[in-house]
Amino acid sequence: MSSTATGQTRRGFSLAEYITCLNGIVWREALRFLHQRERFVSALVRPLVWLFIFAVGFRQVLGISIIPPYETYILYEVYIAPGLMAMIQLFNGMQSSLSMVYDREMGNMRTLLVSPLPRWYLLFCKLLAGTAVSLLQVYAFLVIAWFWDIAPPPTGYLTVLPALILSGLMLGALGMLISSGIKQLENFAGVMNFVIFPMFFASSALYPLWRVLEGSPLLYYVCLFNPFTHAVELIRFALYEKTNWVSLLVVGGCTAVFMIGAIYAYDPQRGLVRRGPAGGET
Amino acid sequence: MWRRYLISAIVLWLAAVTPASAFIAYVSNEKSNTVSVIDTDKWVVTKTIKVGQRPRGIEFTRDGKFVLVAVGDDDKIEVIDAASQRVVDSLPSGPDPELFAQDAAGKFLYVANENDNTVSIVDLEKRVRVGDIQVGVEPEGMTLSPDGKILINTSETTNMAHFIDTATRQIVANVLVDARPRFAEFKHDSSELWVSSEIGGTVSIIDPVKRVITGKISFNIPGLRREAIQPVGIGITRDGKTGFIALGPANRVAVVDATSHAVTKYLLVGQRVWHMAFTPDEKYLLVTNGVSNDVSVIDVSAQKVIKTIQVGELPWGITFAQP
Repeated sequence: MSSTATGQTRRGFSLAEYITCLNGIVWREALRFLHQRERFVSALVRPLVWLFIFAVGFRQVLGISIIPPYETYILYEVYIAPGLMAMIQLFNGMQSSLSMVYDREMGNMRTLLVSPLPRWYLLFCKLLAGTAVSLLQVYAFLVIAWFWDIAPPPTGYLTVLPALILSGLMLGALGMLISSGIKQLENFAGVMNFVIFPMFFASSALYPLWRVLEGSPLLYYVCLFNPFTHAVELIRFALYEKTNWVSLLVVGGCTAVFMIGAIYAYDPQRGLVRRGPAGGET
Repeated sequence: MWRRYLISAIVLWLAAVTPASAFIAYVSNEKSNTVSVIDTDKWVVTKTIKVGQRPRGIEFTRDGKFVLVAVGDDDKIEVIDAASQRVVDSLPSGPDPELFAQDAAGKFLYVANENDNTVSIVDLEKRVRVGDIQVGVEPEGMTLSPDGKILINTSETTNMAHFIDTATRQIVANVLVDARPRFAEFKHDSSELWVSSEIGGTVSIIDPVKRVITGKISFNIPGLRREAIQPVGIGITRDGKTGFIALGPANRVAVVDATSHAVTKYLLVGQRVWHMAFTPDEKYLLVTNGVSNDVSVIDVSAQKVIKTIQVGELPWGITFAQP
């Protein structure tokens, strides 16, 4: 596609070609997701276990302070709902990274990367596809949560969408960056232990930061500098029709940094993905 | 045709964006010895009025010009001018006045004096105490039947609701209720009298004609000890269909189907929710949260808490001017 029949080099690609590529990648991801029903169910079960079991046990613990964006007292399950939404996206982002490793091992990635379209665009399409899948999961969770009396204002379901897209991109880009450093599928357990759990627990997903500060000032600063905290807060505020500007800046900035890092890492000329004798391509 | 649609759309839009008429709420803060003034348009405290010591019972006069507040430790009722929002006068009472009720004409004020086991009758025009009625130990809850003929007083330690004939000023009946009755409220059609029992954890439904208990409302909040559920303030909508009951340290307001007397919902509010008042249009119900020093706003039709506003220390009573 990069050159014409006469041999003259064509500069750039048409919009239709970009859209065809995007369509292909998103469809592949969507079909893959639809064919893996257990993945969808497990993506929902995880936050629901937290909501139905963990949150009920902690119902009386939260305390009496009213923190923005809430304008009155809330139950613990209402507090952790945005954290669980972000958790869905975190797992989804990491799952995408797992699939990148799988694709690489199975050789599917070669098919993708031989596309003449710029590599950054291919990776961005992959990110968008992953984010779209995470949106499906989050909205399914919100529907179930509504029956559990977690009912943000009706317009909140719309205002949270841009926040979810941005946080989905950030967590997806992070997963992509991490996947570039994983050589084998078995190493993914390390991602669970060293990325997902610390990011989730050292954040405002389960406890408000003022509570963390009371317990440990050091942990408070760890939480404060954790990009996942800002993804949670961005979602929390957007769900209640408000904007947390600091979180927006942090999440936006981290998305750009992780994205650039992933593009760099997946560049065979300079990247972190070293060539080697693995199953597919490395 | 399109113009008509355009005009209709503009009218609808204007109706949607025009704020509902604002009301002014007055909240007595028992510990800070102040009265907080809340504007229901912006839901903010617009003024804090310094009053006497230990303000609790608070109510507008029938003409809507003054706010009366019982300042227990000063043994009197203070009068706040609603226009200037300043204390302008005071009324006599017995020792430690707590709650009071006015007759429909705004002529007499009936005051429960907690430390004196009496109900004082104050002539609002002459501003003098014209009589006392001996009641049970620690009188508190006060309400008048809608026809003004019967005054109800609850005595905390005697555990009774006393029925007092306002013409003869004599107790005509006593109904034994569960421990520590705090508050009494009639349905607007006089069909039922509700009395909350703080320690008993129930609300007794009394037939005002037969003067017997016909039913009891009990509460059960998963995860909370039974002792933490202490009913105090009661609010019943004008149509008599929905009741709201403040459950003290349970930090919840129970929503009750006032016909079947079944609890349909518990709303989370601040700590130690005490008394409540509807906005005159009954769109909102404001409840005072004594320990967390704030007032929560409940959307009556949605049965949802929409906001909580910080006020003074230990908010106790709340009142609105009735149109």
